[in-house]
Amino acid sequence: MIWLTWRQFRIQAVVVSAILAAFGVLLLVTGPHLVTLFRDSTFAGCHSNCATDAGNFLSSPLIGKTYHLVYILGAALIIVLPGVIGLFWGAPLVARELESGSFRLAWNQSVTRERWLAVKLGVLGLASMAAAGLLSLILGWWASPIDDAAGVGASGGFENRFFPALFGARGIVPIGYAAFAFALGVLIGLMVRRTVPAMAITLAVFAALQIAMPVGIRPHLITPVRDTTTLTASAIQGLGMNKDGQIATVFAPASSLPGAWIYSNQVTTAAGSATLGAPPQACQSQQSFQSCATALAQKNLKQVVIYQPADRYWSFQWLETGIYLTVAILLAWGCFWWVRRRLT
Amino acid sequence: MTALHASGLGKRYRQRWALSDCTLQIPEGRVAGLVGPNGAGKTTLLHLAVGLLAPSAGTITVLGGEPASGPAQLAKVGFVAQDTPVYAGLSVADHLRLGAHLNPGWDDGYAQHRVDRIGLDPAQRAGKLSGGQRAQLALTLAIAKRPRLLLLDEPVASLDPLARREFLQDLMEAVADQGLSVILSSHLVADLERVCDYVIVLAASRVQIADDVDGLLASHHRLIGARRDPASMPGDQEVIQASHTDRQSTMVVYSRQPVLDPAWTVEQLSLEDLVLAYMSQAANGSRGARPALEVQR
Repeated sequence: MIWLTWRQFRIQAVVVSAILAAFGVLLLVTGPHLVTLFRDSTFAGCHSNCATDAGNFLSSPLIGKTYHLVYILGAALIIVLPGVIGLFWGAPLVARELESGSFRLAWNQSVTRERWLAVKLGVLGLASMAAAGLLSLILGWWASPIDDAAGVGASGGFENRFFPALFGARGIVPIGYAAFAFALGVLIGLMVRRTVPAMAITLAVFAALQIAMPVGIRPHLITPVRDTTTLTASAIQGLGMNKDGQIATVFAPASSLPGAWIYSNQVTTAAGSATLGAPPQACQSQQSFQSCATALAQKNLKQVVIYQPADRYWSFQWLETGIYLTVAILLAWGCFWWVRRRLT
Repeated sequence: MTALHASGLGKRYRQRWALSDCTLQIPEGRVAGLVGPNGAGKTTLLHLAVGLLAPSAGTITVLGGEPASGPAQLAKVGFVAQDTPVYAGLSVADHLRLGAHLNPGWDDGYAQHRVDRIGLDPAQRAGKLSGGQRAQLALTLAIAKRPRLLLLDEPVASLDPLARREFLQDLMEAVADQGLSVILSSHLVADLERVCDYVIVLAASRVQIADDVDGLLASHHRLIGARRDPASMPGDQEVIQASHTDRQSTMVVYSRQPVLDPAWTVEQLSLEDLVLAYMSQAANGSRGARPALEVQR
C-alpha cells in the first residue's frame, strides 16, 4: 500500500520538493552572509534602547533591498505552501480515483478501503507537515537576525514576528496549516468527487479561513493586556490635527513593548475620552517640538495600549497549531466516515 | 457452498429502486450469466456483491461472507468493473506490482505469463492501451489475485466482436485452469450463451428467473398451434409469452413435463429466445417503456 501511495504521489512530491529545495539552497547560501552582516552591525552589541541600531541594521542597503526581497519571497512561499498542499496533494487524492473510476480497482484488491485511506492520509499528511515544518525551520534560521531586529523596532518593510501577517510564516503554525489544508482537500475531494471543483472549493475555504483566523479568531485566543499609563513628554513623537484645528491623534509608539502584538494604542484624556480638544499654545506657535510635547504632557493625558506581550508568542504558536491539528484530525476522521458510510 | 446468496435484497437511490426484492442463490463452481436490459440493476447487484454499495434492504453474502468485510473477504472475490478502470498514469508493469503489493495470494508467475501471452508491453502506460488490452489487463489483475469467485461487469461491452470472442475464450481457459466461479453480466445474450452454464435474468429491477442453462432449456418450450386463449392452458404449463395471429398462437411455456398435446408443434428454444421471453414478460408487467434487449449475433 505504501508502494502504491508513493507511486501515485511521486510526481507531486518531486514538484513541491524541487521548489522548496531551490528556495532552500538560496537561503542556505545567503544565510551565513546575513549572520556576518548582523555581527558587524552596531545592533549586535546593543543591550538597551536598541531601536535605532535595529533600524540602521534593517535599512542597510543589502538588507533593505536585496534581502528584503528574499524575506518577502520566503514569507509568501510559506504562506502559500499549505494552500498548494491542500490543492494539489489533498483535493485530488481521492477525487481523482472517484472521477476516473479507478477506486473500483483499488478497493477490490485484498486491502480494505479504510486501510487504503489510512496509508494515503498518513503518508501524504506527514509529508505535508514535514514540507511546511522544514521550510519554516530554514526560513526561521535565515531570518533570525532580521526578526530579532524587527522585534525591537519594525521598520523598512520588516515586521515583528508577532505581527498578524507574519505570524503564520514563522514557528510551528505552518505545520498545523499544512495538515489542515491537506485533510480539508481530501475530505472536499471525497464529497465533491470531481478533481477540479474540489480544488476550487478547497482553495476558497482555506483562503477564507486563513483570513478569518488572524482577523477574527486569533485576537481572542488569549485576553490581551490593557496598559494605561500617564503620557510623558518623551514618549510623544508627533501630533496630528484635524481640519477644525483640534488634536486628531497623538503619535506615541509603545516602544517599551518590543516584540509585542499591539492591538491598539490610543491617547485619551484623564477621564478616558478620545476627544483631546484644542492643542496647547506651545504647539501652535513656531516653538520647538520639545516644548509642545512638554505642554501636551502637562494636560495629564493617558496612553492606553491593548496588546499581547512578546512572551506570549509561543503560547499563541502552540495554541494555533493545536487548533489546526485538532481540526485536521477531525477532518481525517470525516474522511473515514465518508468512505465507509457515504460511498456505499 | 453458494457463491452468492441474496435474500430480499434491494438498493434505493433517493426515490428510485435500482434493485428490489432480489432473492437469489448462485451455486459455486458455475459460470453464471447475469443478463438484462440496460438499467435493469445488473451493475447494482454486482456492486452490492463486492461491497462497493451497501444494501438498502435485505441481505447479501458472497462465499458465506459479508461483501468487503475485511481483507480475507476481499481476497476471495475478484472484480472487473464496467469500463475496466485502470490507472492511466501507471504502466502495465506497475499494475502487476500493484497487484503483488496489495494481494497476499498474488500469483506473479501467472500474471507475467498472461501479460506476455496477450502481448502487452510491460513498459506501456495503461492510459495508452486499447479498450481490449485494458480489459485484458484488468482481468489479469483480477485473476492473478487468485480469487474463488470472479465478478465481471459488462467486461466485453466496449470490445469489438473479435476481441470479445478472444476475451471470453481466455476467461474460460482461466476458469477451467483454476476452478473459479464466475458471475458475468452482459446485455448481450449471445456472449453469455457461449460461456455460461447458469443464467439470471434481471429486468425491471427484479430477478425474473435464475437457473441452470440446461434445466432452463429443457423446461421451456415454444408451442405453435391453432389459436387458443393462454388462460385455458393446463395448470402445469406456465405461459411466459404468447403472441397470436388470427388463426395461430405461439406461446413460450414453462413446464417440467414434456408437452405431449398433439395440437401443438413443440419447438426447442434457444437461450436467447428464452431470455427475451422473460424480458418482454417483465416489460409488459411494468408500466412505461423499457429499453429493449439489444440483440447482437
